[in-house]
Amino acid sequence: MGKTLAEKILSVKSGTDARAGNLVVSQVDLVFLQDTTGPLTVRQFEAAGFQRLANPKKTVLFLDHAAPSPNSELANDHQFLRQFAQKSGAIITEVGDGICHQLVNETLSRPGDVIVGADSHTVTAGGVGAFATGMGSTDIAVAMGLGKTWFRVPETIRVIANGQFSPGVYAKDLVLHLIGKIGAEGASYRALEFGGDTITNMSVAGRLTIANMAIEAGAKVGLFPSDKTTKAFLKSMGREKDYLPLSPDDDATYQETITVDTPHLEPTVSRPHTVDNTALAKELKGTKVQQVFIGTCTNGRIEDLAIAASLLRGRKRHPNTRLIIAPGSREIMLAAMKAGYIQIFLQAGGLVLPPGCGPCLGLHQGALARGEVCLSTANRNFKGRMGNPESFIYLASPATAAGTAIRGEITDPREVI
Amino acid sequence: MLKGQAFKFGDDVSTDLIVPGRLAHPRSNLPELAKHVLEDADPTFASRVKPGDFIVAGKNFGQGSSREHAPLVIKIAGVSAILARSVARIFFRNAINQGLPVLICDTSRIANGDELTIDLNKGLITDNTNHQELSFNPIPGVMLKILDEGGLIPYIQKHGDLKFDAEAGEKL
Repeated sequence: MGKTLAEKILSVKSGTDARAGNLVVSQVDLVFLQDTTGPLTVRQFEAAGFQRLANPKKTVLFLDHAAPSPNSELANDHQFLRQFAQKSGAIITEVGDGICHQLVNETLSRPGDVIVGADSHTVTAGGVGAFATGMGSTDIAVAMGLGKTWFRVPETIRVIANGQFSPGVYAKDLVLHLIGKIGAEGASYRALEFGGDTITNMSVAGRLTIANMAIEAGAKVGLFPSDKTTKAFLKSMGREKDYLPLSPDDDATYQETITVDTPHLEPTVSRPHTVDNTALAKELKGTKVQQVFIGTCTNGRIEDLAIAASLLRGRKRHPNTRLIIAPGSREIMLAAMKAGYIQIFLQAGGLVLPPGCGPCLGLHQGALARGEVCLSTANRNFKGRMGNPESFIYLASPATAAGTAIRGEITDPREVI
Repeated sequence: MLKGQAFKFGDDVSTDLIVPGRLAHPRSNLPELAKHVLEDADPTFASRVKPGDFIVAGKNFGQGSSREHAPLVIKIAGVSAILARSVARIFFRNAINQGLPVLICDTSRIANGDELTIDLNKGLITDNTNHQELSFNPIPGVMLKILDEGGLIPYIQKHGDLKFDAEAGEKL
C-alpha cells in the first residue's frame, strides 16, 4: 500500500513503517525558536537538565518578532538568547536579518526534512517538501536536547488544484478560498497535501504562501511535492545539493480529496475575526481601510513586493490610508532596492520597515487604534492580533493590499491593474 | 478529584486572546503576564478565577500561535482543567506538556458559573448545579503518560528520553 508525503517522510525519519494513526519518535533535522517563544524554550531546556544541544549546527535562534527590540524587557530577552547561543553553540540571527520562516527556507530547509519550530508558522517549509510543524516551547526544548520528537502520523487531506490563475489572482487567494471552504478546524490534526497542475506550475514562493497558512485550517503540515521547481529554487539559493525529489505514491491513502478549480478563483479576503470568514474582495467594496500592511512570513517575499510595486508604481496611497511594507529578509530588502521597489513604495507615500515580522502580531511598528480597519497580507486576523481588540483585520493578497492602499477601501485588484 | 466553578468561553478562542502579542514584554515575568490572562475575551476573568476553577469553551480552543505562555498562565491563574468541545493541536500538546488537563466533551451542557467535580481516572464530569453527569474523550495514551508525570519537563527529568512504545501508539 502506497504512502502519502507525510507517511514517506516520517517512515524515513523514524525508521519505521509509518502509517496514519501510528505514534512515531522521529529524528529532527532542524529545530528553531524565535524571540517571543525562545526565552521560555531555553528555560525549559535548562529545567529538563539538558547539558548540551543534540545538534548545535541545526539549532537556530531567530531574533525577528521584536526586531529591533521596542522596550527593555524584550531587549533583555534578546540578550538572554544571544548568551545562550554563545554558550551552547547554536546558530543565532541578528535583528534585521529577517523572519525565521523566510530565512529557514532561504538557507536551511531541505525536501524530506523533519523541521520543528517554536512558532506555529513553521509549516511554511512544507512548500519545499519538508515535514515542518510548529510546537510549543517545551516540545522544542526537548527536541533541542534529544534531537527527536514524537508525532502521531497524520491522516492526509489531498488538495488538487488544476488550471491557471486568472489575472490578479494568486496563491494567497487559493489558500484563503480553501480555508473558507473547509474552516479553521477543517484539517485539524491532519496533513494537507497539495497537487495538480496549478501546483506543478506554481513558484516556490507561492507554495510557501500556501504552506504557511495550513495551520489556519488547523493542519499539522502543509506538504508540497519536491520537483524541478523546488530544485531551481534551491539552486537560486546556492544550495542545489539539498535537492531531493519527493512525491506521494500513486496508491497512497487519503482521508479526503478536495478539488480547487483555479481559473474560477477570484481575489479573496478573510474578514474579522477568523481566517475562515472569507468573502470576495469585490463584495467588500466600500469598506474603508486606515492601514494596509504588506509583508510577513505569508507574503513578504520578493515576488510579493514585485506585485505590490507593479500596482503602486507612479501612484499614491489614499490620503486616509497608511501603507506599511516589511520585506521578509535582508536578501529580499536588497533585491527590492535593486529592482526599484523600495523607491516605488516610498514615492507612493508608503513606509518601509526593517526586515522582520513588523506589526503582524501587535507588538510594535503599527498597532491599530480603536475602531480602525487594517488590510494585511499576513495569515491571522484574530481579535486583538494587531495590538488592539477593538480593531478589525482583513487578510488578502499583496495585489489586493496594493489596490486597497490606492483606493482607501477594500478593492478588487483587477480594478486597478 | 478536581473541584471548581465553570467559566464559559465561546468558540475559536485564540492564543492571541489568551495572551496577546501586545503583552509580549512580560513573557519573562509570568506572574505579571498571568494578571492579564484572557483579558481581551473577558476583562474580569483574571480577578474572579479561583484555584481549582475550570475554563469551559466551545470548539477549537487555543487556535493560532504556538505560544506556550497561553496554557502556562491559565495554569498559573489557578485553572485546574480546560473543558472544550475541541482543542487546537499545538495548544493541546502545550497544555499537557505543562501538566494542565484538557478534556474534550459536550460543553454545551455546562452553564457559566456551574459547580463541577471531575474524576480524571473515571473520565467523569459531574455538574453539581444542574445535577448532570457527562463523560469526556479519553486522553491519548502518550499524553496521559506525560500528564501523569506532571508535564513533559518532569517526564524528561525522570526518564531522560521519550520512552514511548508501539503499545502507546496503538492507544493513540
